[in-house]
Amino acid sequence: MAAIEILDLEKTYRIGFWHSRQKLALRPLRLTIEQGEVFGFLGPNGAGKTTTLKLLMGLVPPTAGTARILGMEIDDPRVKAQIGFLPEQPYFYDHLTARELLTYYAQLSGVPAKERSARVAAMLQQVGLVESAGVQLRKYSKGMLQRVGLAQAVLHNPKVVFLDEPMSGLDPMGRREVRELIQQLRSEGKTVFFSTHILSDAEALCDRVAVIHGGELQGVGAVAELTPQSQGKVEIIFCAPSVPAALTSMAIEARVSGDMVNAVIQQGQQEEVLDILHRERIRLISLTPVRSSLEEYYVEKLRPKESGKGAGA
Amino acid sequence: MKSRIAFVAFNTFREAVRDRVLYNLIAFALLISAAAILVGEISIDVERLVVINLGLTAVSLFGVVIAIFIGIGLVSKEIDKKTLYTVLSRPVRRWEFVVGKFFGLTGTLVVNTFFMAIGVFLALLYVARHFEKADLPVLAALYFIVLEFFVVCALALFFSSFSTPIMSALFTFALFAVGSLSDELRGFARMATGLKGALMTVCAYVVPNFSAFNIINQAAHGDGVPGRLILYNTLYALLYSTIAISGAVLIFQRRNLK
Amino acid sequence: MNSSRLVTRIATIVLLGSMACAVATLHAIDRLGLQSQAQQTLYFRSPKTLRRMSLGFTGLLADIYWTRAVQYFGYQHNQMSDDFHLLAPLLQVTTELDPRLLPPYQLGANFLAPKPPNGAGSPDEALRLLQYGIAHNPDQWRLYYDLGFLYYTELKDYGKASEAFWAGARLPGTHQFMPVLAARMAQHAGEFETARMLWYTTYQSTNQPDIKYNAVQHLVALRVDEDVTRLEELVEKYREQTGHLPTSMSDLERAGFIRGKPADPNGKPYKLMSDGRIEVQDPSVLLYITKGLPPGKTARP
Repeated sequence: MAAIEILDLEKTYRIGFWHSRQKLALRPLRLTIEQGEVFGFLGPNGAGKTTTLKLLMGLVPPTAGTARILGMEIDDPRVKAQIGFLPEQPYFYDHLTARELLTYYAQLSGVPAKERSARVAAMLQQVGLVESAGVQLRKYSKGMLQRVGLAQAVLHNPKVVFLDEPMSGLDPMGRREVRELIQQLRSEGKTVFFSTHILSDAEALCDRVAVIHGGELQGVGAVAELTPQSQGKVEIIFCAPSVPAALTSMAIEARVSGDMVNAVIQQGQQEEVLDILHRERIRLISLTPVRSSLEEYYVEKLRPKESGKGAGA
Repeated sequence: MKSRIAFVAFNTFREAVRDRVLYNLIAFALLISAAAILVGEISIDVERLVVINLGLTAVSLFGVVIAIFIGIGLVSKEIDKKTLYTVLSRPVRRWEFVVGKFFGLTGTLVVNTFFMAIGVFLALLYVARHFEKADLPVLAALYFIVLEFFVVCALALFFSSFSTPIMSALFTFALFAVGSLSDELRGFARMATGLKGALMTVCAYVVPNFSAFNIINQAAHGDGVPGRLILYNTLYALLYSTIAISGAVLIFQRRNLK
Repeated sequence: MNSSRLVTRIATIVLLGSMACAVATLHAIDRLGLQSQAQQTLYFRSPKTLRRMSLGFTGLLADIYWTRAVQYFGYQHNQMSDDFHLLAPLLQVTTELDPRLLPPYQLGANFLAPKPPNGAGSPDEALRLLQYGIAHNPDQWRLYYDLGFLYYTELKDYGKASEAFWAGARLPGTHQFMPVLAARMAQHAGEFETARMLWYTTYQSTNQPDIKYNAVQHLVALRVDEDVTRLEELVEKYREQTGHLPTSMSDLERAGFIRGKPADPNGKPYKLMSDGRIEVQDPSVLLYITKGLPPGKTARP
């Protein structure tokens, strides 16, 4: 039994005062996510990611199609006990403290009364909010709210977790924590379906990804399948007012910004370039292989669409 | 199911309390004490009348204002702030949410009215020095006021299920105003004939009948309240609230939560 | 059936069911309300207080009080109650809130003065109301008409009645009968023709159903009184000619005094009694008749 089966789910919003105009949000989408998978749902803002998640959560009714979670239709009330959801940029009842909020959600999710407080305490511990558990959420920072959001999504020990842009708006530390949490969920055997527009997150975490754009699925598969092998390019950044003459012939592309130069070269010429820099006493800032893999695929897929139709999220 | 409705209701109540809704009690306390002290200056006999009239009218108006201003935001605020997403992605049905919200708000108003009622009776005790049997209708009047709140809450919730807060407030207030004159409206309808009469009759019966809930004056004069009026009013308030809430559920059930 | 459709179906059924029950309950409340309205008291007898409480919306408040007055009167009337003690204060409040609202004066003139059960039995209140109305609406002939009518029917002051009709006869839009009525008042009173003219004018110049109905009843009664008087004269004439009383209407017909069987305005033939009197068949529906009644029965006052 698959964790999530999306069977030609489709959504068109009717907009305008008389609901007379139509706005396409999602073309018929077919996807299957197996249990235990960490699945990345990739696409730029407005691609239809949030619409897909709202359809799966039953927050908006589909125009056509259906979906099953753990083999149950999504409007089956039993489904809701098995899933956790973190909305994009979550906002919670700010008159509650973190502990009260989690307790409320535990009540709504049907966590038995005797387990509730232990469960809530464990979650607060896990997301590092023990000290501020008694503070009203109106005083929380964005990062803290995101942690509360993660806590409420997994609080009731769901089998399938949906996260909408879980890393957006977080500082590097916060992002790392989210990554760790997702890894942990994977190790617990849970299915994670998360949407993001940040490629590196998907690359780092996902077993498989789907790319969506303009409400349409562009491709789905393991990250390795989707991306061509390394292109053998290196990005090099160093301090110099202009591109040294010795380098001009080697650089595939070079950009000067202020007193910094950002150049891309073939990997084979890496040693040679470093020698030149050393000779000319130029300070090296960074040297990274161009890991454009998924990004390349992404850009490739999206480019023809950029000027085409847009679609709401 | 029952417990989930109760959890939503309790959270709504807690939100109202933390948003300092009960602060209106301070204003009410000041008003009723001022009235009690000042009417002493006017004349004997009228004191009781003034305290009851003013007290109960204030209870009613304060409550209606609270009911409208919280009621209109009950659903739309949760949609705007997206707090609804994390609730409805749990095993909470939409109708349970709506019903829970209704009970949360009416619960808030019942508590609020309870404190105000204590204020009214204290003021009454202050001016009259003792309670008497003629004070009993005041209790009935307070009960009817609470029934009135049920209907206003349900209406506000209904409008809030599909309309913006400002429009909901306007609609609810307009219905409250028209409903308070519904006796006269039915009077006009009886006098009109033909199509006009039929239309007015329909209007007169669709509009909530708030005038039957208003027995403040009778209470002030110590008139007895017929038992059947208590029964019918209770029934009517429950039925009308049910109408408005089923309407809210029907609309909310189909709503896209964008 | 999926669960969302089930909720929709149940909610629809609950909605419709509650609506039906709510209307039924409202009906029940209304019935209670009317009963208590009958015993109701006026909480605000002072138009000044009301004027202040109306926040300037005196017109609307006057309309509301006018509705109340009409309903109060109609309800008491239907209940065959002879208690109209709230009519005067209701009309007073209405007219003081909006002195230019004319229908209350008409209602007052027609129903304040007559004795119960036809009215509130307070001609002084009626007089006061009309004088107040004329003071605020000196150009309305209708009010002078009502005043003259009141003097004639209830106060029996024919001089004042004549004055009032004359005053009204000079105003714009006046009724053609006004000068005639004034002249008749000056001569003498108590004639069928004068009374008929009065009630006819009342009937013609009002839109209020209660007043119209009342006028029709009076016109009917006048016709009956006139018929009975004439028929009894004919019976007397027959007795003088033949030396004995007629035994039936047919005797009168054969003698050429009448054509056909005379009937009252409701179509019920008059009865010739053995002592030569004429009686109506059903006195209970002819509210204001003074003649044609069984012996010992008097007309409604």
